[in-house]
Amino acid sequence: MTTPLLRLSGLTKAYPGVVANDDVSFDIGHGEVHALLGENGAGKSTLVKMIYGLVKPDAGHMMLNDTRFAPDKPSTARAAGIAMVFQHFSLFAALTVAENIALGMENPPKMRALAARIKEVSQQYGLPLDPLAQVSDLSAGERQRVEIVRCLLQDPKLLIMDEPTSVLTPQEVEVLFGTLRKLRTNGTSILYISHKLEEIRTLCDEATILRLGKNVGTCVPRETSAREMAELMVGTRLHQPERHTRDMGADALEVVDLSVAATSQFGTALRGVSLRVREGQILGIGGVAGNGQDELLAVLSGETLSPKGSIRFQGNDISRLDPTSRRALGVLAAPEERLGHAAAPDMSLVENACLTAATRQGLAKNGWINWGKTRQFAEDVIARFDVRTPHAQVAARALSGGNLQKFVIGREIMQDPRVLVVNQPTWGVDASAAAAIRQALLDLAAQGAAVIVISQDLDELLEITDDFAALNEGRLSVPVPTAGLTVDQIGLMLGGAHGMEQAHV
Amino acid sequence: MFKVEKRPSPSRFWSWMAPILAVVATMVAGGIMFWMLGKPPLEAIRTIFWDPLFNAQFASYSRPQLLIKAAPLILIAIGLSIGFRAGVWNIGAEGQYVIGSLTGAGVALALYPLEAWWIFPLMVVAGALGGFLWAMIPAILRIKLNTNEILVSLMLVYIALEIQSSMALGLLRNPDGAGFPGSRNLQQYPSAHNAEIWVGSSIHWGVIAAMLAVIAAIFLFARYLLGFQIKLTGSSPRAARFAGVNPNVIVAFCLGTSGALAGMAGMFEVSGPAGQVTIDFATGYGFTAIIVAFLGRLNPLGILAAGLLMALTYIGGELAQFIIGLPAAAISAFQGMLLFFLLAGEMFVNYRFVRIRKVVA
Repeated sequence: MTTPLLRLSGLTKAYPGVVANDDVSFDIGHGEVHALLGENGAGKSTLVKMIYGLVKPDAGHMMLNDTRFAPDKPSTARAAGIAMVFQHFSLFAALTVAENIALGMENPPKMRALAARIKEVSQQYGLPLDPLAQVSDLSAGERQRVEIVRCLLQDPKLLIMDEPTSVLTPQEVEVLFGTLRKLRTNGTSILYISHKLEEIRTLCDEATILRLGKNVGTCVPRETSAREMAELMVGTRLHQPERHTRDMGADALEVVDLSVAATSQFGTALRGVSLRVREGQILGIGGVAGNGQDELLAVLSGETLSPKGSIRFQGNDISRLDPTSRRALGVLAAPEERLGHAAAPDMSLVENACLTAATRQGLAKNGWINWGKTRQFAEDVIARFDVRTPHAQVAARALSGGNLQKFVIGREIMQDPRVLVVNQPTWGVDASAAAAIRQALLDLAAQGAAVIVISQDLDELLEITDDFAALNEGRLSVPVPTAGLTVDQIGLMLGGAHGMEQAHV
Repeated sequence: MFKVEKRPSPSRFWSWMAPILAVVATMVAGGIMFWMLGKPPLEAIRTIFWDPLFNAQFASYSRPQLLIKAAPLILIAIGLSIGFRAGVWNIGAEGQYVIGSLTGAGVALALYPLEAWWIFPLMVVAGALGGFLWAMIPAILRIKLNTNEILVSLMLVYIALEIQSSMALGLLRNPDGAGFPGSRNLQQYPSAHNAEIWVGSSIHWGVIAAMLAVIAAIFLFARYLLGFQIKLTGSSPRAARFAGVNPNVIVAFCLGTSGALAGMAGMFEVSGPAGQVTIDFATGYGFTAIIVAFLGRLNPLGILAAGLLMALTYIGGELAQFIIGLPAAAISAFQGMLLFFLLAGEMFVNYRFVRIRKVVA
């Protein structure tokens, strides 16, 4: 066997209280797409940071093309041929594509030459990109292309991609995969970080799975089922959410031609949104981030008031009611942002239980809070949703993302809602907790509640929803039954080709 | 090497230790300052902290002064702390204090020389109402126009001071005062006099009001839903909105309450220790109370202790000026140090130093 491009041997990195990487070793071959799999907190980021020179390992070493490789800063790693596309883009919205790329270069060429070069590289790899376009006008997918092209201009030997598809529509994912395959053919190796198993199965040649900082196995994704990989990742057998056929009852929540102006400069206006959920129904709302998800949730929760008559609950107009009055009726919500929106970071779980449950659980009488009862409620949520915390008096910010999410979702579900609206219910949550949350949502619907799941995770929507609608630039497509939808159809809906709108034009 | 790291949960130990450490650090730094001024540092600090309470010669005079000085500070600081917890920054308590003194005294002077039991309670209500209305100006401007209440409330202080001068020289001037500025002395008007309740105790109605405010604030934050909503608004405004808290109600309540308490404090002062409306009636209680509120960590019991401590540095400071000739500015700097060290110590509550381990290359 030929020498690998990069060999990691016994890499170990400890932070106070946690070993992020424990004796991790694996090889990345020339022209290989290597997947790095693992749940949140498994140590993927730390490992990648060591390769990219952002973090120094405590022990172990790396060999790049058989020579010792110990980058002390990212520029050293870049000089050695390692490039990285981060999950969060670092682009200036007010500058053009070419200017942004020039900013990241040590010796940028003349702007005209650079623009020509960008065009050349972007065409070569099938990443259409206009070097003179202003970044603020680009979609998330196009912004990612800027980042990729920026890396490709350095002619890297190894390209690291951190969760590249989380912001893309299925069609954009296809384009990206085409590019990555071309790169592989040209001999560039790719280290591909993701937790989306199906993607890894279609794209990657080999996969290394991390769990709690340890390398727990290497496999060939094409020959391994997604389920097997997931179980390696989690370390236990996964519980598959069970769907029972449900009876749909009367209309629970109805939104009629709702338009709300954007509340902030970077917000999205909602335009003519209409939807209807019945008791026992789960409506999925998909869409790429920033297309009005937060605004839709705020309007349904009552944080933003909407024009009279635009939202009806059981036939009654609730569009001018505040969140507390809506909760009293049984219309509950769980926003995407856990810290600072769904929960107050510096307050304890008991106080956070009081945050939304005071009215419906009778935790306060005549303005006086019954802390004993509130603590009991918080402890009930913790017990039923398996929230891992020493006790209920811990500050919310001390919990891991997944545990806090279980608490936040559990807090709403245990209030026996008639309508529950959730945004990104399993975002950043590990696989087993995600399965538990999805099961809880299914169970809630089975008990006759209407559920709206806003999510960017298409697999999640396909798994648990009855109907699907796409949110695009503040417009909602007409909901269609989820059963029978293909990923291609969903992709078209997310891209904005709404069936109804086209028919009207 | 060390680095600063955010604690997962605020430290209970440091939330009590920080103020104690701040007092100690102030003594050390203040001592150095006094020494540089050519004054004996230990004696200066003893004069400030010890002599007002235990000096054989002066304590009999200065000890009762403690409650008289502390009461308005505590009363105002309790009101301010409610707003500070919600992120509503009323910096203009001094103005509300002045307006409260004017409305309170105004009622008495309007009724003079009528003697009736209800005059004093009416003055209390008028004082509170005056402060409340003065504080509602920044509240309404913030709610309607989203102006910054820090600036508006602060600027209103200067307007209040002008009104005070105008009143002392005009409308409220003592007609029998031979043309001197200043109102009638309320100490000589029995129905309006905020006198000692028990002779020799130096406890006047303002002291009682301050204690009641402390107790009410404890209940507000420990048990009352509104108190919880105030804390929530300060800690996480977006979560508060999600919880259904109307931010405008919080702004109005916080500014209104702190204004009413400051106004009441002004009224107790003008009808008691000060006695009359004069052009220089306001002595900075409204500003010092900001320090008291933070020194007490916005906690009602903490404010009680901080108010007494601050009053002590006031009285001790005067004593130090008198006995060892410390300049008044040095006393002010000393009090400023206290706030500085307290805010610095605050860092330990939410952050900690962590030793960075040497990385083996």
